[in-house]
Amino acid sequence: MKTPSQSPGKQDNVLSALSRHATNIRRHALRMGEVQGQGYIAQALGIADVLAVAYCHALNLRPEDPEWEGRDRFLLSHGHYAIAHYAALIEAGVIPAEELETYGCDDSRLPMSGMATYTPGMEMSGGSLGLGLPIAVGVALGLRQKGNPAFVYNSMSDGELDEGSTWEAALSAAHFGLSNLITIVDINKQQADGPSHQIMGFEPLADKWTAFGWHVRRIDGNDLAAVLSAFDEARNTAEAKPRVILSDTLMGRGVPFLEEREKNHFIRVDASEWQQAIDALDATPAAGACK
Amino acid sequence: MNTTVEKKPRLTTSAMIASIAQEGQRTKPAPFGHALAKLAENRPEIVGMTADLAKYTDLHIFAKAFPDRFFQMGIAEQTLMAAAGGMAKEGFTPFATTYAVFASRRAYDFIHQVIAEESLNVKIACGLPGLTTGYGPSHQATEDIAIMRGIPGLTIIDPCDALDVEQAVTAVVAHKGPVYMRLLRGNVPLVLDEYDYRFELGKAKLLRDGHDVLIISSGIMTMRALEVAKQMSDGSADIAVLHVPTIKPLDEATIIREANRSGRLVVVAENHSTVGGLGEAVAATLLRAGVAPEFRQIALPDAFLAAGALPTLHDRYGISTASMVSAIRHWI
Repeated sequence: MKTPSQSPGKQDNVLSALSRHATNIRRHALRMGEVQGQGYIAQALGIADVLAVAYCHALNLRPEDPEWEGRDRFLLSHGHYAIAHYAALIEAGVIPAEELETYGCDDSRLPMSGMATYTPGMEMSGGSLGLGLPIAVGVALGLRQKGNPAFVYNSMSDGELDEGSTWEAALSAAHFGLSNLITIVDINKQQADGPSHQIMGFEPLADKWTAFGWHVRRIDGNDLAAVLSAFDEARNTAEAKPRVILSDTLMGRGVPFLEEREKNHFIRVDASEWQQAIDALDATPAAGACK
Repeated sequence: MNTTVEKKPRLTTSAMIASIAQEGQRTKPAPFGHALAKLAENRPEIVGMTADLAKYTDLHIFAKAFPDRFFQMGIAEQTLMAAAGGMAKEGFTPFATTYAVFASRRAYDFIHQVIAEESLNVKIACGLPGLTTGYGPSHQATEDIAIMRGIPGLTIIDPCDALDVEQAVTAVVAHKGPVYMRLLRGNVPLVLDEYDYRFELGKAKLLRDGHDVLIISSGIMTMRALEVAKQMSDGSADIAVLHVPTIKPLDEATIIREANRSGRLVVVAENHSTVGGLGEAVAATLLRAGVAPEFRQIALPDAFLAAGALPTLHDRYGISTASMVSAIRHWI
């Protein structure tokens, strides 16, 4: 069942449900991080609101049948965000919650970097950055060719803006008028070697995507109302253009001491801190599964 | 100044339009394009994709027959390969065409990670294999097979002539999984119809037998090997030719069996660098099997090759019929 957002009177209920789902996604991710004692947890906390809206509102899915032909395809281009994606797949009911105990362990279906060959609901093998958008172009062309009305979502990191293939594909998607393609860029301004503006400046981003022929919306990716509105707009706009949601997020969002931790591309968290982090989230009541 | 010196014809650079056919040789036009268009009539899942090289890979024939199943991706080989992977995920069988240099060098990670890692049903068909243009290293795919052989699960095909190309296209469509196929385009020589031959994926075929020398070859070098065998059948040498159009998976059993017949010099002939191609694959296969015949390699040098006219270059680098004959005479 989808959470309806059309009715203004129900907007508050929708947002409060999504807020609980986002908290659950954060909690699932933290519990996986605890299994390994490390991970891209700050990114997961940052993108949790976007994933809550994607998996608990926007995506047309059958959790029990991850390969259902009518599903919306969600590509995780930034494979290192797998911890967040698994958390969302758990929240959506695609993966059982018990499985998060296996995260990153030998023979687990939940390896540290997302791979299509391992995990139900994982549509591509990421890890090598800049693959998602050109794959999404092919998937969108294929869906259109089949007359399949599903959307393809490509979730990517701002670091992938450094890759030439991202811009090849941006040109291509606009050329083909792929209105069934929605890209979400998670802009957390941190890369492996430091702040993005020092590594490779990518602003002004909205201008760049607009110039490339995309329908562009830039939002605070931790403002659920804005995220909800951006997803609805991306799906519903009549423009014959591919759509991009430029989503500024705060790494570590929801856990104050992690929000403040510096150099947090790949953070180390002390054993005692995982429970503190979960405790920080637990002020928010849990929701049921979103589907 | 003596003006009676005979003027030699000036050999000009063999660029992208060059045909590898020799004068007087029987040819067939665009065997890949015609074979694919014919197959596509009954296979709606076949789509064609290219990186601004439809005309130069004969894919334009498919494009003309099925314009709504043809996707022009522009000069973006990385996107070509990843998007072909995306199309394959949606159930299509994409034929992605470009030049061998661009597929193997520019788009490697996209073939490795998108197409091969998920074993997607993408057929990569590439023009200008090995030394088939005199344009220089930018377009000479002298190490494409070495690059591609490292990818697990990728089938690699190096066809000899028009008949081989046509039959290989049919076979790769029937095969489920990723394929890298070297392509001969334009007016492609027709040779193998004179032999009792059929392309079978993963099979080496003995085209002719002989007691003195066994040439193991692929691609256009099989054509050359057959000419060498004919020329040397004047009593110089009795030459067998084993054609190995599938480089991976390699038909090790047939290669070991033929190389194990005593008293024959084994010569591997390939339109590829000495590094990492058929020659080294055969050498490793024989060594692992404990078979140790006298062994020679006819291949391109491990070097950036010169620009110029193909006949000149084939002579210079030892893959012309004449230079092969002279090398084999020296060895026996």
